[in-house]
Amino acid sequence: MARIPDDLLYSEEHEYVRRSDAENVVVVGITDYAQGELGDVVYVDLPKVGTAYGRMDVFGTIEAVKAVSELFAPISGAVIEVNTALDKDPALVNRDPYGEGWMIKLRIKNPGEFDQLLGSEEYEKHIGA
Amino acid sequence: MVAATMKRTPLHAIHARLGAKLVPFGGYEMPVSYAAGITAEHRAVREAVGVFDVSHMGEFEVTGPDRNAFVQRITCNDVGALRPGQAQYTALLTERGTFLDDCVVYRFDDRVMIVVNAANIAKDWEHVVAHKRGANVRLKNVSDETGLLAVQGPGAEALIAPLTSLGVAMIPYYQFAPGKVAEVECFLSRTGYTGEDGFELYCRGADLERLWDALVGPGRGAPCGLGARDTLRLEAGYPLYGSDIDDTVTPFEAGLGWIVKLEKGADFVGLAALKRQRLEGVERRLVGFRVREPKSVARPGYGVYLDGRQVDVVRSGTVTPTVNSAIGMTYVPRSLAHTGASFEIDVRGKRVAAEVVKLPFVPHRTRR
Repeated sequence: MARIPDDLLYSEEHEYVRRSDAENVVVVGITDYAQGELGDVVYVDLPKVGTAYGRMDVFGTIEAVKAVSELFAPISGAVIEVNTALDKDPALVNRDPYGEGWMIKLRIKNPGEFDQLLGSEEYEKHIGA
Repeated sequence: MVAATMKRTPLHAIHARLGAKLVPFGGYEMPVSYAAGITAEHRAVREAVGVFDVSHMGEFEVTGPDRNAFVQRITCNDVGALRPGQAQYTALLTERGTFLDDCVVYRFDDRVMIVVNAANIAKDWEHVVAHKRGANVRLKNVSDETGLLAVQGPGAEALIAPLTSLGVAMIPYYQFAPGKVAEVECFLSRTGYTGEDGFELYCRGADLERLWDALVGPGRGAPCGLGARDTLRLEAGYPLYGSDIDDTVTPFEAGLGWIVKLEKGADFVGLAALKRQRLEGVERRLVGFRVREPKSVARPGYGVYLDGRQVDVVRSGTVTPTVNSAIGMTYVPRSLAHTGASFEIDVRGKRVAAEVVKLPFVPHRTRR
């Protein structure tokens, strides 16, 4: 059963958004459901710090043994940090998607976009869990 | 979503209970991986022992006085070279000398069994029946009632030995023996599709669960799905029908010339075309490659380019656990079919460099 923490927001493309203590900074990764569907992750290709994305822009790719998937920015913003630990150990995404398997931190432009994301219950319905 | 018309193996409920991810494959609903995941299952086979339910494979039985001569006519390898108790990798070919399917032939005292790919059972059966002509043989498609487990890895022999009175250590590569394993009547063949030592156990479908329960569990074999089977066979350089070989490709092009016995003294289907190709030479060869661009994975269907011209597509390709880099197989012009030759692959709009490497990617450790 995929974990869907209720303190996170979700995109329909299976990214999660975690609000951080820093104002207008969010942590983005993929959900437990998404990593389970993908299977063993072998590479995560992430952007450079400073790159800016609009909502639903492709910010990277994730390669698993059986499939490749694009990563979509669930919210507009500029990348202020990427999880370089995924270079050495991409399987962190499988083992701890909401923790050590995070992908990027974004400084967001428009907090109004939070309203377009799904809550945990909506996301649960979305994946048919 | 898996369609309701999918066939299931007798172990379907067990797979579901083990948390298997089920996918359609060759008309069957099959486990692609279990809870451990493809990487862990792959490693279990390379380092210890894994068990695969491959009951979806097809089996045809040929009995009657002309059985050996008949199988000689429909396969390209030399079944006449087999003694009873021996198996052989071979192929059913079209008149053009291309693969209808690749298969394994088992020679028993009183019958021959042909083991074919699940997705090809219907067309293979039609082909075999159509070529019966005057031969005094009886053909039986026993696919549905036959169960098959592949027990693969360096620990395979030690896992099976205590469960049987058969001297499994005495069974050489590509030989088989009938007997009981865990009280289940089966025949045990030292064959596989992983590049590791191991066995394939054929039994009645109704007995499959008992055999599985004896072989799988903590301290015994790890349940392994088709995902690991695919990464293991790719590292071993074994072609997969429908990807690396199909009815547009001949054994010579696929690097499987060793299964073609032009001089075996039987006029087999495809012989004339292959004799011609032997004289003329092939224009392309199946090669293994490694992607040179970091973090790029070449997947099946991606275009393969030489000097800006597309020459083929990636046939098989992913990142495999033991090699731990992006590898694959494709066809290249004969002039390029040598280690170190380079070409390009279109990875979702980006041309990345790849180079031909020697097959297999991981040395075989099968018992010789």
